[in-house]
Amino acid sequence: MNRQRAQTWLYISSIVLAFLLQLLPLPQALLPFKPFWLALVLIYWAIEVPERIGLGLAFLLGLAGDVLAGELLGEQALRLVILAFIVLRFRSRLRFFPVWQQSLAVLALLLNDRVVQLMVRGFSGEPMPSAAYWIAPVIGMLAWPLVFLLLDDLRARLRAQDP
Amino acid sequence: MALARPEKVQLFAEGAVSTLRLIVYLTLAMIIMVIDYRAGYLQALRSFSSRVIEPAYRIAGFPAEAARAGRLAIATQQHLAEENRELREALLLAQVRLNRMAALSEQNERLKVLLDVQNNLGLGVRLARLIDIDLDPFRHRVVLDAGASQGVQVGQPLLDATGIMGQVVEALPNTSVAMLISDPTHAIPVTVERTGLRTIAYGTGAIDRLQLPNIPISADVKVGDRLVTSGLGGRFPAGFPVGEVREIRNDESGMFAAATARPAAALDRSGDVLLLQDLPQPMGPPVPGETAPAAAPTPAPVEPRP
Repeated sequence: MNRQRAQTWLYISSIVLAFLLQLLPLPQALLPFKPFWLALVLIYWAIEVPERIGLGLAFLLGLAGDVLAGELLGEQALRLVILAFIVLRFRSRLRFFPVWQQSLAVLALLLNDRVVQLMVRGFSGEPMPSAAYWIAPVIGMLAWPLVFLLLDDLRARLRAQDP
Repeated sequence: MALARPEKVQLFAEGAVSTLRLIVYLTLAMIIMVIDYRAGYLQALRSFSSRVIEPAYRIAGFPAEAARAGRLAIATQQHLAEENRELREALLLAQVRLNRMAALSEQNERLKVLLDVQNNLGLGVRLARLIDIDLDPFRHRVVLDAGASQGVQVGQPLLDATGIMGQVVEALPNTSVAMLISDPTHAIPVTVERTGLRTIAYGTGAIDRLQLPNIPISADVKVGDRLVTSGLGGRFPAGFPVGEVREIRNDESGMFAAATARPAAALDRSGDVLLLQDLPQPMGPPVPGETAPAAAPTPAPVEPRP
């Protein structure tokens, strides 16, 4: 029971941290490099503990992200639902990939996410973003092993602590 | 290790991966987006949930705040002394200018009284600080630490020491969000100071560039010309520096000249900003009579780009 609770704490705090990282200021030159942290954390939990991540939760997290960012309400919700759906569909395969293959899958997911975002923004009449728009998914791919190993390690430690 | 299955069925449990559910959620998201785009419920939701949002902003801004404080604490004596000297000089210079301005303003005041002008444009300002967070790298928005309960209203112009920075687009109870003039969806009416040519400066999405896409080809614009606000549209008061022309070329059609300007304000560096308190009087055609107060609506200065 204790282990369950610790897991829940890790789960919640990782999501809260992702929200804060999303808002974290960076120097002007580094801005386009900011990965979509929320998506990375969501992908991790969808792969490892799919009982906790459903489309509904992805939707709610996306709405929360929209309210925080003050963009079009529903934009991140749409993006995260699509992301969660793909991950949950291919979960059994993704799960047993080595980390570098997972990273490539994450790159594909994030690029797809960018395309979805571009579509939404196109429909709401915004101009095309610059080429730097496409850098963030690559950074997300590079950040994936970090997120994966860190969260995996923390979970393993939590498990080991309990008798 | 086998997955530890919870005893209870969770609210959003597995089996949620059916295509039907995906379609339901996607439709829901799209409906929300369309409703929000048309009616702007997000603003209402955001002010409703500002109790949660504002602390989140403060927490997210905390590392930058701590870094700044840390830098200040370990700054060397020499560096501080140097900075002190520089600031003293700047202060002296500013004082001299201010004195001169005060004299001019006094003279101006007397002339105005003579001319019996009722509305003298006393510019009230309030100081606000930027909260250092990044809402979206591809939109130029900043978050200020003053909000509706400090008297901030949507539409107030935002200045720094050297020029116009942008305008407030959203006022939450204790913070507000401002759009910078470099945002790709922002436009500001300007005049060329030297010749008085009126035009509109659009944001480009690059922090150091504004765009003036349609200047008549015969117009007299040179590199180095200063752009100031024209005051048309009634959103920004007239006469504040906006930028300086950097480059002029013909546009693709050859019908117009297109200029590029550098913003006068330090858009990416300012930490303390000024909010103009009194909105400028709308400049438009004079109201025909007391019976038709709504007859002189001024065009909105910020129009979305096509």
